[in-house]
Amino acid sequence: MTTVTLNGLRTIPAKYVPVLVTAGLFVAMFVAGGIRYEGFASGQVILNVFIDNAFLLVVAVGMTFVILAGGIDLSVGSVVALSTMISASLMKGPGWPPYLVIPLVLLIGAALGLVMGYIIHAFDIQPFIVTLAGMFLARGLCYTIGTDSIPIEDPTFTAFAQTRIDLFAGLWISPSVIIAAVVVLVAAYVLHYTRLGRSVYATGGSEQSALLMGLPVARTKITVYTVSGFCSALGGVLLSFYMLSGYGLHAVGMELDAIAAVVIGGTLLTGGSGFLLGTVLGVLVLGLIQTVISFEGTLSSWWTKIFIGLLLFVFILLQRLFSARRT
Amino acid sequence: MAVPAPILLMSGIGKQFPGVKALDGVDLRLLPGEVHALMGENGAGKSTLIKVLTGVHPIDAGTIELLGEPVAFGSPLEAQGAGISTVYQEVNLCANLSVAENIFVGREPRRWGRIDWPRMRARAAELLARLELDLDVSAPLSTYSPAIQQMVAIARAIDIEARVLILDEPTSSLDASEVEQLFRVMRTLKEEGIAILFVSHFLDQIYEISDRMTILRNGRLVGEYLTSELSQVELVAKMIGQELAALEKLHGEAKVFDRPLLEARGLGRAGAIEPFTLTVHEGEVVGLAGLLGSGRTEVARLLFGADHASTGEVSIEGTPVSLRTPRVAMNHRIAFCSENRKSDGLIPDLTLRENIILALQATRGWTRPVPREQQDELVGKYISALKISPANPEHLVRDLSGGNQQKVLLARWLILEPRLLILDEPTRGIDIGAKTEIQRLVAQLSDGGMAVLFISAELEEVLRLSHKVGVLRDRRLVAQLPNDDDLTTDVLMETIASGGANGGASGGGAE
Repeated sequence: MTTVTLNGLRTIPAKYVPVLVTAGLFVAMFVAGGIRYEGFASGQVILNVFIDNAFLLVVAVGMTFVILAGGIDLSVGSVVALSTMISASLMKGPGWPPYLVIPLVLLIGAALGLVMGYIIHAFDIQPFIVTLAGMFLARGLCYTIGTDSIPIEDPTFTAFAQTRIDLFAGLWISPSVIIAAVVVLVAAYVLHYTRLGRSVYATGGSEQSALLMGLPVARTKITVYTVSGFCSALGGVLLSFYMLSGYGLHAVGMELDAIAAVVIGGTLLTGGSGFLLGTVLGVLVLGLIQTVISFEGTLSSWWTKIFIGLLLFVFILLQRLFSARRT
Repeated sequence: MAVPAPILLMSGIGKQFPGVKALDGVDLRLLPGEVHALMGENGAGKSTLIKVLTGVHPIDAGTIELLGEPVAFGSPLEAQGAGISTVYQEVNLCANLSVAENIFVGREPRRWGRIDWPRMRARAAELLARLELDLDVSAPLSTYSPAIQQMVAIARAIDIEARVLILDEPTSSLDASEVEQLFRVMRTLKEEGIAILFVSHFLDQIYEISDRMTILRNGRLVGEYLTSELSQVELVAKMIGQELAALEKLHGEAKVFDRPLLEARGLGRAGAIEPFTLTVHEGEVVGLAGLLGSGRTEVARLLFGADHASTGEVSIEGTPVSLRTPRVAMNHRIAFCSENRKSDGLIPDLTLRENIILALQATRGWTRPVPREQQDELVGKYISALKISPANPEHLVRDLSGGNQQKVLLARWLILEPRLLILDEPTRGIDIGAKTEIQRLVAQLSDGGMAVLFISAELEEVLRLSHKVGVLRDRRLVAQLPNDDDLTTDVLMETIASGGANGGASGGGAE
């Protein structure tokens, strides 16, 4: 079997290499930051990356499902924005309570994903174009609700959003991090220990073969877009916690951040290969770049984009190398 | 000898596709513990028979009985459920998943709803051990060779309590030792009482592994035979058929060919055709004979530049040339009428005139359109010369009969006044009248000095037209026989069946 020898110590299966590379990159960035900046090498810095990117992590989990199955979902950023907008407007206008608003928003997101998945399957259309249409639709719907930012002032909602969960030694996290962690664990279980998860991998590997092997390809494809829609809506709710507002211009370009995180995490864009842990690491790397740049102080924030761009190039080339070696 | 009750019995199977009778009154029985070969040329109905058996297509007539019970499957899944598993030519597995997963995906052993990975790996290893394979079942399938992947596909197929295993050309991409391994597995399964239906174009393999065979021709049953009682020559004769009435040889006395037009030396393409050496002279008709899949079309495609040669060289009138693309070949005035006139040649929604003028226009380039008067004149000339009917240049090609479509395709290339005309199965599927007209035309053209490479599955036709016959078998040019009085269809068949090993009548090998 294909293995890579690391310093001759032990061999590791080739499929884990991309994830390990990302993990190594994360550790290297953290160590370098710790040497260069005072106060960088603390646990809270990493926890802050989680706190600031919990919504992206949840969205990227949904994206991982879609990409593993060989698809792509461009609508996630718009669905996130739509979710913040619906949450804020329903709580502000008619004054609905959060425990009614949040399930409704999750349902809407999942339904949008379901419809897109159904169209992709039933009419055999490229996922790219269908979710592009979904992206415009959801973004446009935001502005039919309102063109301005809507603040969220519901007391329960804001109290939950501002809760600090104290860990040991003065470290703390927000409730959003716990929600994101639960999503990651459930998703990892589904992908590795259920038939649905293995069908996702098989469909991404070869849709034609999966069909001939008698797998429910249609159901799998529709399910992954539904999962992605649900995750986007949940990401939108977490972003509402973070921003305490709903706005049609929230999460512009987040679909691309999510795709970048998945790819940096070692998942092949062609589908069928990758791990959820890689996606978590991908989000952490993206978040840590932002942290480094804010510690640097003199660099403006668009340097984040430059670094993400460079990293993506490197990782795409790495993927190419690995897939070339396999064949 | 007592014959056990068949596991599967198909009788009087008929299947009609729009315009074609694909199967007509075909019987097939599979006995337990036997390898049964399904023989016939391409288009004889083998794939259709497998597809109606596995539920891809419904049958129009006849009955299928499995263990004495009448069955009708709506999908391959249902057939699988009943114990009829199929392994296709292409490995239909997911190379990104592990070996164990490929065997079990979709029916993984589970415990409390979660996949029981240790048990899955153990069962996969057990199953593979039954096939005498020792693999790392947690390694991705992509790390193994196509042969091993084929075995894994078989392991997946037999795990579903298979009673009937259909192997549709499983050996076409395997090398000799891999084939040997597959055969060992097949013998093991046979001993377990599984009935195996085996399809292959390689006659040697059929004779090595099969016990019994059913031969189809043109969608009809030729018969069921014991492999040990049917010689290879008889088999080839039954597959090709000898229904065509013997016509006179079209060529009179033997001509002398001393002006080589095209010479191919060691020309070959890995995986398609082994290196061959062939010379075509001016005014000579060279026939290519061999079963379908023996490499006839591959030779033609190489000479036309439609495929890249991996070895060897070509020279035209003594000058070495590189036939990289069809355009280069056309510049050297080589024309190629492809085998599949519907998909590769004619454009059904254009008129007769537009189709005929196409190649001429292509050589001139789009900036210099052929003037309309010239078009009408040329098209009119060839319509009458080839007796194309209806003789209306503005008729849509789609509505023409097969024979007339073939003539349109011929006319397209003849306009270019080629020096070498390659005809791949020009007479297949057309009626006898059009057939003889096309044959007569080929004879006329060669008398006029044009060289013709003529490919046909019908040996009589090849014999009648050719001055020299090249025999292909298993992607190798095994013999080149001058067409003299000693050469008969029997000799040709003998050469095809024996692979030129016995030398044929007039000696084999390159000239």
